[in-house]
Amino acid sequence: MNLSRTARATLWAALAGGLAVIYVPLLVVLLNSFNADRTFGWPPTGFTLRWWAAAWNSTGVRDALWTSVQAGLGATAIALVLGTMVAFAVQRYSFFGRDAVSLLIILPIALPGIVTGIALNNAFRTVLEPFGVGLGMFTVVVGHATFCVVTVYNNVLARLRRLGASVEEASADLGADAFTTFRLVTFPMMRSALLAGGLLAFALSFDEIIVTTFTAGAGVKTLPLWIFENLFRPNQAPVVNVVAAALIVLSVVPIYLAQRLSGGGASAR
Amino acid sequence: MTRALRRRLAAFLHRHAGVRLSLLLSAPMLWLGVAYLGALAALFLSALWSTDTFTGDLVKEVTWANFQELLTAEVYRTITLRSVGVAAAVTLIDLVIAFPMAFAMAKLASPRAQRWLVIAVLTPLWASYLVKAYAWRVLLSSDGVLGWGYGLTATVITLSYLWLPYMILPIYAGLERLPNSLLEAAGDLGARGWRTFRTVVWPLAFPAVIAGSIFTFSLSLGDYITVKIVGGRSQLIGNVVYDNIGAAGNLPFAAAVATVPVVIMLVYLAAVRRTGALENL
Repeated sequence: MNLSRTARATLWAALAGGLAVIYVPLLVVLLNSFNADRTFGWPPTGFTLRWWAAAWNSTGVRDALWTSVQAGLGATAIALVLGTMVAFAVQRYSFFGRDAVSLLIILPIALPGIVTGIALNNAFRTVLEPFGVGLGMFTVVVGHATFCVVTVYNNVLARLRRLGASVEEASADLGADAFTTFRLVTFPMMRSALLAGGLLAFALSFDEIIVTTFTAGAGVKTLPLWIFENLFRPNQAPVVNVVAAALIVLSVVPIYLAQRLSGGGASAR
Repeated sequence: MTRALRRRLAAFLHRHAGVRLSLLLSAPMLWLGVAYLGALAALFLSALWSTDTFTGDLVKEVTWANFQELLTAEVYRTITLRSVGVAAAVTLIDLVIAFPMAFAMAKLASPRAQRWLVIAVLTPLWASYLVKAYAWRVLLSSDGVLGWGYGLTATVITLSYLWLPYMILPIYAGLERLPNSLLEAAGDLGARGWRTFRTVVWPLAFPAVIAGSIFTFSLSLGDYITVKIVGGRSQLIGNVVYDNIGAAGNLPFAAAVATVPVVIMLVYLAAVRRTGALENL
């Protein structure tokens, strides 16, 4: 392509500038977590590890983290089962309404979070409350699982598409019944897709705040809810900032794992 | 399960594809098809109800009053237009930033560098939404690094930042699929950079651009958290829904307001369906 030297330089500069815009705000949060000044005066006057210690010892942070992990694991487990079942149905069978089914799976993340949030809130309160089940961990897990199914579904569907059915047919020809084939042939071949999908589901749940706001009730506080609640309290600012910095550092982990699992490729949400 | 029973069950399943399919679809469809769709339907039906002004109880009689108020009251029209304006501005800003970035990634970088650049763009997607909005709250605060203060502009900046990777990745994927030979052919026929862009690159990358815009537009349209964090006193559609369900306890009106972003998105999706963008998602 005959791009002029200036055009090339401009494009490279745009790329570098864009990446800088993406990373500088995150770096500022990281630096501020060591900023000795309570109100993050800029430039920092001194460096301290005090806030990291304060965050580590904060029971609010610890409880919220544990709640988020529980909710994430619950939602991921349900999403793994439901997502795999739909992916098999859509990929291996052709039936009336198949396109509608795949649209239905995407719907919970395609609609604005607040719509899903208030719809579930309304349903839980009308259907569950008469049975004495209030808003709490159970409803958070149900809400999260609803929009996490799509990540597992996408990963398993892509894997099944690539595999084809011939290996399973071979297994059946060799005399294995449906259960044995699933245990010895299908499942091992899907394992990394399930891991990748589960990882995405967990990350999605771990980060979610809008649906959580409407399904959590009074007693349950996930980490995003804790951050949002303390964001506007000036005396909590340093601890909030440390939690934010820690989450930025932690966000590298799933990227690393996803890279190892899929061997590259842009498997975004 | 005994061995014989298991074998008979497996054989039965093997013979009856319909039963296998129904079993596979049963739980997911009960969850998403019945429970989730049911909840959505109930929500939008309740938009046709009202609440008693004195007791705050639901009055389950069909009325179009909520939608009437939504359409006639000046304040809701302003907020709707403002929300659409914010979503459009965010989409436009992201497009202007993302396109050159995606082009440099797809067409100028070496394959090795490409892999790393994709990771570099993908990594911030995993950083928490709240953390990123918070980062801009710190940057924009009056004694922060930038110190521009909060408001609608701050909201547009922060939302553009949040959804930028959602614009870069589809455009990158679209440009990567575009064969280099086409660009070379355009060059051989005498087209310079700008003309190649206008007549070859842009038309072919357009579905990818639309795919990206679906993300940036819909994510901005439904947002109410970022506005609370950096928006100062500004209000978007999401805030109206939130305030009506929380403080006011007026579910029917909240439901009616919630239909607005859904309808706008459906119109948008219908409008862009012909570009083939939906297959690019």
